[in-house]
Amino acid sequence: MTLRNSSPGDIARRLWRSASVPIGSVLLALLIGAIILIVSGASPVEAYRALFRGSFGDAAALGRTLEKATPLIFSGLAVAFAFKAGLFNIGAQGQLLFGAVTAAAIGFMIEGLPPLIHAPLALLGGALAGALFGAIPGMLKTYTGAHEVITTIMLNYIAINLTDYLANGPLQDTTPGNIVARTPAIEASARIPAIGAIPLGFVIALLMAALAWWLLWHTTIGFEIRTVGLNPSAANYAGMRVSTTIIVTMMLSGLLAGMGGAVETQGIIGRFQPGFNVGLGFDGITIALLGKTHPLGVIPAAVLVGAMRAGSNLMQFNADVATEIIDVILAIILFFVAADSIIRWILRTRAVSEEKVTLSTGWGQQ
Amino acid sequence: MSGPLTGEPLALEARNITKRFPGVLANDSVDFALEKGEIHALLGENGAGKSTLMNVIYGLYSPDEGQICVDGKEVAIRDPNDAIAHGIGMVHQHFMLVPVFTVAENIVLGSEITRGPTLDMRQAERQIRRLSEEFGLQVDPQAVVEDLAVGEQQRVEIVKALYRDARILVLDEPTAVLTPQEADDLFRIMRQLTDRGVSIIFITHKLKEVLAVADHITVMRRGRVVGTTTPEETDEQGLASMMVGRDVVLEVDKSPAQPQQIVLEVQNLSVQDERGVVAVRDVSFEVRAGEILGIAGVQGNGQTELVEALTGLRAPQSGRILLDGREVPFHNPRYLIEHGVAHIPEDRQKHGLVLPYSIADNLVLSTYYREPFSRGVQRRQRPINARAGALIEEFDVRAPGAFTPAGNLSGGNQQKVIVARELSRRLRLLVANQPTRGLDVGSIEFIHRRMVQVRDEQIAVLLVSAELDEILSLADRIVVMYHGRIVATLATAQATRDKLGLLMAGSGL
Repeated sequence: MTLRNSSPGDIARRLWRSASVPIGSVLLALLIGAIILIVSGASPVEAYRALFRGSFGDAAALGRTLEKATPLIFSGLAVAFAFKAGLFNIGAQGQLLFGAVTAAAIGFMIEGLPPLIHAPLALLGGALAGALFGAIPGMLKTYTGAHEVITTIMLNYIAINLTDYLANGPLQDTTPGNIVARTPAIEASARIPAIGAIPLGFVIALLMAALAWWLLWHTTIGFEIRTVGLNPSAANYAGMRVSTTIIVTMMLSGLLAGMGGAVETQGIIGRFQPGFNVGLGFDGITIALLGKTHPLGVIPAAVLVGAMRAGSNLMQFNADVATEIIDVILAIILFFVAADSIIRWILRTRAVSEEKVTLSTGWGQQ
Repeated sequence: MSGPLTGEPLALEARNITKRFPGVLANDSVDFALEKGEIHALLGENGAGKSTLMNVIYGLYSPDEGQICVDGKEVAIRDPNDAIAHGIGMVHQHFMLVPVFTVAENIVLGSEITRGPTLDMRQAERQIRRLSEEFGLQVDPQAVVEDLAVGEQQRVEIVKALYRDARILVLDEPTAVLTPQEADDLFRIMRQLTDRGVSIIFITHKLKEVLAVADHITVMRRGRVVGTTTPEETDEQGLASMMVGRDVVLEVDKSPAQPQQIVLEVQNLSVQDERGVVAVRDVSFEVRAGEILGIAGVQGNGQTELVEALTGLRAPQSGRILLDGREVPFHNPRYLIEHGVAHIPEDRQKHGLVLPYSIADNLVLSTYYREPFSRGVQRRQRPINARAGALIEEFDVRAPGAFTPAGNLSGGNQQKVIVARELSRRLRLLVANQPTRGLDVGSIEFIHRRMVQVRDEQIAVLLVSAELDEILSLADRIVVMYHGRIVATLATAQATRDKLGLLMAGSGL
């Protein structure tokens, strides 16, 4: 019996098999978007050119794209990571908010620290806050059997209102003349800078994606997480601690979301202000799906969505197209990713039949 | 090939069917001829191509080459609707019934009789009663399916096919879920059906049944038809050899046991099932090193709960479990694994394997965290692969490679992966629950041989099986469970099928 190691050709084929549907979906959605543009009297060529220039055209455009993509990578990672343990974390939004407010608190309350200590401290604080908030649905699931979809939705409301209260009360910016619910601006030492056009937060996001990938496929913890996700009965049979694994997974998922909130606070907004982070956590579900719930797939998915959001302003300005068309195109992309048989039929990939083939089996045992 | 004995055209003929899957030739120029009114057994190991052939006939796969003829005329079967239109009906191993619907509702589902906008269930029930009288199949059209025994549900499936005017019935492993009594009923029904002109394709791998009930037997191996024969021309040994392609030892060859010290001691154990009903009542027994203790009993008499308690999957209500004289903690599989308890589970796909995982990953499912398979938290792929290669070879797992997902393997090979994993650890006690259920002859022979080998290495073996033949040929001592209690303990030498049968049915000696 020979052991086949993954050759480059093998890897390329596997990559194509998992990437073909998202890529096909994007192209088809752009095509349908073009038809909509023509119908509404705009020039699709001009619109898409503006969209591209606004997202990748120059260093500033690229910087905007990566800035928009960064929190999406974090929330996409959070959702994808939990998914590997069979958990649907709808609560990335709430975990992200706690991360954002905690990083802001550490950022403005402590003064006089060197940046090399202050910024990482705020980042870790935000990550920890997200992890703790993520642990709650994990524990509710293991100890009471409450489904994480329900509890994380509920906890999102708690997070939204609690952080609202914090920004309105105990943590409110007391500068004379301020009537807005927001925290004071964080110290310069807590800010996460950009290196040229590339935001440092984006680099941290890439590192976390690589770390998540390594953790899932190259560590014993990742093996436990994936086993629990694929077959909890077998995990229990093999001596794995299923409930511990579920709590740990939810904590790590919350940690990723919380870190996303912290990076947003420290890298972009500079303080916590309710309403500024809304939607980033929910976008994580979109990004995770588009990235085929793979930690590395999340990166191109987030960059794509970030680019479309970043380029939409120039598109509106140059081609006189409402930015809402971007949301329409994004929705169409997602639609095709979810209904992947349409794309498979267009591409005529045999991925489906190959996956379904059983080399040999008894009746009905499939 | 046997041709038609009468002048009539064949009920069904598959000519030269070839079906390829990537990397596999599932059917290689297969010819199959079904005469009118006969029971034709299709025999073969898992993976021999029986399922592929039936899927082609039922329109679930389209063949790469070949034709199908019904009543002597070539037909195109593109989907199951075509198959049904040509009078082909299929009863799957896993029933396709809606549990909360009545028998009549299930039967008419998809071809309802309507009067205006409403269902005409009266009319449907009348037709079903007529059918069940005509074919001698007792079903109550108004009964709710979930209240029926498995054997009755199967009858509903058969009536469902007949209701759609099936003249050709494909029965897929119909006896796998039946008690011996129910199986006898089914054979009687099959005879009554053929007497009324229905032709039956009977898929199985149980040799005794084939010889008892079939008119013709077609044996498949590795995608090809090996030959067609009749029960008069052959016997169990002959069929087994045809299936496997070599001589097969049906009897387990073993020397007398030499039991040593007690390894597993169970004291006054009581266990509840998930509904909170007491399933195991105050059970005590022991297993010694170097012996196989068989637990006999009709399924559902507490064996599952007992095994789950012994292997840490379920917390007992009371009692003690001692391993090598030391009390073990309840509900802790890892403790047991680390102290040398191996478990071949009853449900290999639920507990035994992670189907999307490779063979290699499945082989380290319970030892992944130890050297050399990991160092610290980092998994080490090279030792994992090396171990997989060695075990695949030693346990004769037929697979393209160590990276093949376990879900792509046949049942027999899946079970070999589990056996390989469980027996390749340091062992004190092996608990095997229905270790050969649903497997082919070759795999059964292999697993039985390994279990005796384990016993001879002075390991304690606890075997739970609903198959009396398996208990009688493997066990050195037998305990019988009935309604959660141990009702008898006897040496295998003193046990007969009749005696065990009575004990299993709860009648004392």
